[in-house]
Amino acid sequence: MTLHATSPLATAPPRGRLPENILHFVRMLRTAGLPVGPAKVIDAIAAVATVGVAQRTDFRAALATVLVSRHEHLPLFEQAFDLFWRNPKLLAKMVAALLPRVYGRIPQEAGQEIPARLAQAMFPPPRVPKHKEDDEIELDAALTFSPREILQHKDFATMTAEELAQAKTMLARLQLPLAMRPVRRTRSAPRGHAVDLRETLRRMTGATGAGTPLAFRTRVRRPPPLVVLCDISGSMDRYARMFLHFLHAIANDRQRVHTLVFGTRLTNITRHLKHRDVDVALARITACVQDWAGGTRIGGCLAEFNRRWSRRLLAQNAVVLLISDGLDAEGGEGLVFEAERLAKSCSRLVWVNPLLRYAGFEPRPAGIRALLPHVDDFLPVHNLVSLQDLALALTQHSARAGRMLRRAA
Amino acid sequence: MNDSSVVVSPASVDATLDLLDGQDYVADRRLATAVFLALRLERPLFLEGEAGVGKTEVAKVLAAGLHKPLVRLQCYEGLDTASAVYEWNYPRQMIEIRLAEAAGGIARDRLAHDIFTPSFLLKRPLLQAIDPDDGVAPVLLIDELDRADEPFEAYLLEVLSDFQITIPEIGPVRAKTPPIVVITSNRTREIHDAIKRRCLYHWVDYPDAPAELAILRRKCPHAPETLARQIVAFTQRLRALDLFKAPGVAESLDWAEALLALDCLVLDPQTVADTLGVLLKYQDDVGAISPAVASRLIAEARAEGVTP
Repeated sequence: MTLHATSPLATAPPRGRLPENILHFVRMLRTAGLPVGPAKVIDAIAAVATVGVAQRTDFRAALATVLVSRHEHLPLFEQAFDLFWRNPKLLAKMVAALLPRVYGRIPQEAGQEIPARLAQAMFPPPRVPKHKEDDEIELDAALTFSPREILQHKDFATMTAEELAQAKTMLARLQLPLAMRPVRRTRSAPRGHAVDLRETLRRMTGATGAGTPLAFRTRVRRPPPLVVLCDISGSMDRYARMFLHFLHAIANDRQRVHTLVFGTRLTNITRHLKHRDVDVALARITACVQDWAGGTRIGGCLAEFNRRWSRRLLAQNAVVLLISDGLDAEGGEGLVFEAERLAKSCSRLVWVNPLLRYAGFEPRPAGIRALLPHVDDFLPVHNLVSLQDLALALTQHSARAGRMLRRAA
Repeated sequence: MNDSSVVVSPASVDATLDLLDGQDYVADRRLATAVFLALRLERPLFLEGEAGVGKTEVAKVLAAGLHKPLVRLQCYEGLDTASAVYEWNYPRQMIEIRLAEAAGGIARDRLAHDIFTPSFLLKRPLLQAIDPDDGVAPVLLIDELDRADEPFEAYLLEVLSDFQITIPEIGPVRAKTPPIVVITSNRTREIHDAIKRRCLYHWVDYPDAPAELAILRRKCPHAPETLARQIVAFTQRLRALDLFKAPGVAESLDWAEALLALDCLVLDPQTVADTLGVLLKYQDDVGAISPAVASRLIAEARAEGVTP
């Protein structure tokens, strides 16, 4: 027998103003930032129709299963539910109070600035590595005469506003090629480690002669996931903004990139960085990060990362890029333990440090000394040229632990 | 299972609670609502939560309670169609070709048509669930989806939205009755929103003390009441601590069994120290529970265990 003869939508729809109120509730949630599309309204009405409105808890749970799709959104939903289903006007008022702030900014940005940037975005960055080499040769030929070349060697911290703007456009074009790694997935190939039986049999049925050439499969190679931890404390302020431009370019260029920023607390900005427009993305990041250009608690933030995020982000052999000057307000307290745990839970830990630009750099601060023994690569990155070095370092697959470290020490 | 044993899916949230309860699964009302909606709206149920909170168990209990077969697909990185959906029976196909050649006179294109038919197909879990041999739509458990990689997730989209699988040589295979789909994730990776959108989402949290006590009584009926209360009070306190991995329900049940095996009637510091490895699986966490901390927790648990 069939268990569900009628489709969910065929059940009697809720009567009266309930569907309308559900619609308003969904719209409220959307305004509040939950990703609920119009289709969710229909689902929600169907869910409520199925469960009924006799019990408030059931009604709430029914709406939650349809409208919430991430654990983080649950508290927001709960609050919205309590407010809305007690007194719909209350929430409307609150949202209305927020509206000028929310909408006041967006149309301005959307209306005026995007077209010019859109034009720039129309020229996609070169993707083939070969192409990139050509670029570099051209740069060398233009030595000292090209403003671009001067810019490349200039420290981010000493750039003027105009130079910064130029650097940002160059950063957006920079590629970050991670070494490809074999994964447990195969594709057909002329030569490979295993026979492709499916394809071979197809050939056998089609062949007329005695011999049938075997078809093969080989391992698929893809870049590992990249997790970026970027220091945005006061001492890193100038660099952090440049790095965010760089990270935005990476995040939109490839899959499996997660970005977190930290100062005194850790914030995951992966979703914000995914916005195609770099200025909108950065504006959103600035809005959600509360500890911008403040102090640094590297140990505490790494501890939080290890506890809350490492198991979610570091699966499948992720590479971790730690962007920090290593200057810790807490004097490296607890950092040794957390750095060791981080290094052990990722396949490769790369530390990018803009402080290394000084020739006489010695790893004296406690935070730096705590981190150093656990990083696989230690790179100075304070200008565009060194960012290209970074790209190079990430392509070299065999991580030789402490190689750069010894050079620096 | 034949038709006579088909159990009608529950008609209300309360009936769902009863169904789960009948299989010794103590569910809170929210979970029961999610399960009820998944059954009624024929949507996949996406259960996310820490390890050991009873996500997988939901599928098993549903299968048992509704008298449906359980088809389980354990996910891992690199899971491909050959092991998740279907595979052609190559040895049989080869024999078929050889036989045809020996007999002679069979047109090649005819042969190609003949060996790519359903009779040469080996069904893997997903195809089994969509096109079951006995015609009874099973409960399909897609376990730990976060372990699979993105390509597999993308493949699931077609299966989950249309309950349909496309085999190039045969065409689309569509489920006559959609299976009941339960997807679990430990959140070692974020599952793509596109998958979540097609599902009903429920976050399975650690149970509160009364619920955990109820679970313990069901799953571990030999445990004396005092010990059960103390175990629950102790694990609830452990979860409140700042641990790398808090113990799940599975761990507290294991612990109860372990304490019973040691003939322990009340919690005492020595036994707790000896058996802490059943609850905590990280050396740092075990180290964090110093004798002093353990004694304090035990004292609190004992005090709470007395008053019901």
